[in-house]
Amino acid sequence: MDFRLTEEQRLLKDTLARLLAELYTFDRRKCYQLEADGWSRVVWARLADLGILGSSLPERFGGTGGGPVETMIIMNAIGRCLLLEPFFATVVLGGNLLSLGANEAQKAQLLPALASGKLLLAFAHTERHSRYDLANVGTRARRDGSQWVLNGEKCVVLHGDVAGKLLVSARSGGTDQYDEDGISLFLVDAELSGVRRTGYRTQDGLRAASVSLTDVRLSSDALVGSAGAAFPLIEEVAHQGIAAVCAEMVGAMEEMHEQTVEYLKTRVQFGATLSKFQVLQHRAVDMLMAVEQARSMAMFATMMLGEKGSAERRRAMSAAKIQVGRSSRFVGQQAIQLHGGIGMTMDCKIGHYFKHATLLDLQFGGADLHLQELAEMGGLTPRVLPLPE
Amino acid sequence: MNLQFTSRELLFRDEVRDFLLSSVPRDISRKLRNDHRLSKDDIVRWQQILNAKGWAVPHWPVEWGGTRWTSVERYIFREEMQAFPAPPPLDFAVDMIGPLLIARGSDEQKRRFLPRIANLDDWWCQGFSEPGAGSDLAALKTSARRDGNKYVLNGQKIWTTMAHYADWMFCLARTAHGEKKQSGISFLLVNMKSAGITVRPIITMEGDHEVNEVFFDDVQVPAENLVGEQDRGWDCAKFLLSNERTTIARVGVSKARIRRIKELAASEHRRGQPMIEDRRFRERLAALEVELKALEMTQLRFLAGEEIDGRTGASDATASLLKIKGAEIQQATTELLLELAGPFATPFAGDEQQMTDDDGGRGLFVSPEWATRAAPTYFHWRKMSIYGGSDEIQRNILARGIFGG
Repeated sequence: MDFRLTEEQRLLKDTLARLLAELYTFDRRKCYQLEADGWSRVVWARLADLGILGSSLPERFGGTGGGPVETMIIMNAIGRCLLLEPFFATVVLGGNLLSLGANEAQKAQLLPALASGKLLLAFAHTERHSRYDLANVGTRARRDGSQWVLNGEKCVVLHGDVAGKLLVSARSGGTDQYDEDGISLFLVDAELSGVRRTGYRTQDGLRAASVSLTDVRLSSDALVGSAGAAFPLIEEVAHQGIAAVCAEMVGAMEEMHEQTVEYLKTRVQFGATLSKFQVLQHRAVDMLMAVEQARSMAMFATMMLGEKGSAERRRAMSAAKIQVGRSSRFVGQQAIQLHGGIGMTMDCKIGHYFKHATLLDLQFGGADLHLQELAEMGGLTPRVLPLPE
Repeated sequence: MNLQFTSRELLFRDEVRDFLLSSVPRDISRKLRNDHRLSKDDIVRWQQILNAKGWAVPHWPVEWGGTRWTSVERYIFREEMQAFPAPPPLDFAVDMIGPLLIARGSDEQKRRFLPRIANLDDWWCQGFSEPGAGSDLAALKTSARRDGNKYVLNGQKIWTTMAHYADWMFCLARTAHGEKKQSGISFLLVNMKSAGITVRPIITMEGDHEVNEVFFDDVQVPAENLVGEQDRGWDCAKFLLSNERTTIARVGVSKARIRRIKELAASEHRRGQPMIEDRRFRERLAALEVELKALEMTQLRFLAGEEIDGRTGASDATASLLKIKGAEIQQATTELLLELAGPFATPFAGDEQQMTDDDGGRGLFVSPEWATRAAPTYFHWRKMSIYGGSDEIQRNILARGIFGG
């Protein structure tokens, strides 16, 4: 057991922290939001140059050969600066779907472009009534000769408005709409005829899109993996997504805690800084404990990504999402509360962290949903060995 | 970063498990799993088994019986003992006075006491709290007046755990009145057989006798029983606070209790269904497991020496966090066990060692044995957020780490 980062990982962490401290001041972030895409192509290019976009891709595809720990470090830094760029959509979700599911030809064609920042991806999976059920896919994929024809609608596709290629889940078989069998994954060029997109701003200032597919015709090489067998891939990538979101939420929580402590140290009321009031000190302590417990579980999730058994992984991801979700609610709400009136304003940084953390928690389901699922799986340690008689 | 146990660590864990399986007396294990109070003899017997194995004081220097285990191995050892369950070592002895004597004691004190501590030949208790000095420990009034080659002790201690078993007490007493109340305190080793000592039991609400009041009436303590310098005893007290805290969160104990709850919840029923199938119940249980896993990871993170971003920094703050969360979770496990027992938590067994499932031969069912201990256990462990610095004091310590001052 070793919690230390390697030399390279520490370097990555430091480099990223320096870069983002320079590029991502609160004022600059506002400017990026006003750009055409709602984020900065210049920042994106810098991330590509530093190898951040290819951090978990193999070297032969232009990456630097890292893994889950590298992603955790990056997502944590992203959470601390409220990054607007499509790292999560393109690299974590898109990149992993391709790395784990695509064939060699697809990887050779797409991954280097991803690492260099030229290709943007988005995962079009959620539908109007699927909520967080990963197997609930109503979009249809029908064979027509050597082609596939897709029909359906996808919602809340993160950064779906700018993606060059969409990774679209669609049902090509299975007994009903909820069947884990019969789901296929397709690479869909966003400019293809029959693809319609409506981009919009999210509550936390990022971008997303609704996507509709009407008789979208795809050649056979658009299929990722085997027809009808995409569920395990989708689930594994969802787990990567959960671990990444947890790391990002921890970053946001660290900032919220630090900013709140700073505020308590400077704000004067009743002739003393707020930090002199015990009730507020103790609240800050409770926030710190919540952050530490969340950090532990974000690490746990990252560690468990390597677990081969999907049941074990499922349990671990649910556990992480429960702890991080609960911690984040508490830390976020208290951060606003302790800032008082100023914390309610658009001009104050803290509210933006609160909003982002709140929206991140909506990814892949919140604490209640995961608690229900974890309980149904028998908890974290389902097979109980009886204590010795 | 590798958050899995290494194969070496796993081998070590198996070795510990094998040892526990073959060595923990079954009667003791049975008492523990049903939350019965252990007798003095139970704890001494187990410590001597550990000592015979060479594992009595793994965290001590090798010359005094230590094992050179890594902090992770020490954690595994304690954790496995708690989870088995095996009796916890007497912390006043092996975790407190032992390490203190090693760090601050005279050569003579080390030679005289350390081997007897490791083998639990002497039972130790802690004389810190007083009626007027609880959380505000430095307000203590018990006085030790120097008289030639001895001190004369007068005053009163309270909440003295298992003083009625004790051969020795380590004790804070005032030898001078300095400008700061922390100065002028001395750290003394007091023979509990000395003339002038009265031990009076305090019965806690569940009916157990664990803590006591201890009165000193002109008790003579030889001067060689002073640890460290006279008037500088507060340094020793601080040393004890920041000393090894691998067990403060009691993760293994909570693990064992959750395991026990799962086992029992399969045989308790509601609406014809085992309680483990009850949605609300199992969600509460799962939520506790998550918090416990998070605490375990946090503890391991600290143990493995990660700097916690330099924000909480000092080990005091770390220990405070572990204690607060550990108490919260352990108390929640006892609460859940109480709810699982339901109506069968009602009977008061009286004699704490009584273990019958019926009313003594007349054949009428009274209550499952474990269920009669659910309420006392719940009552008893409310203490965890109070002893050793209450939750509120721990938060003050953490706040000092955050805000300074």
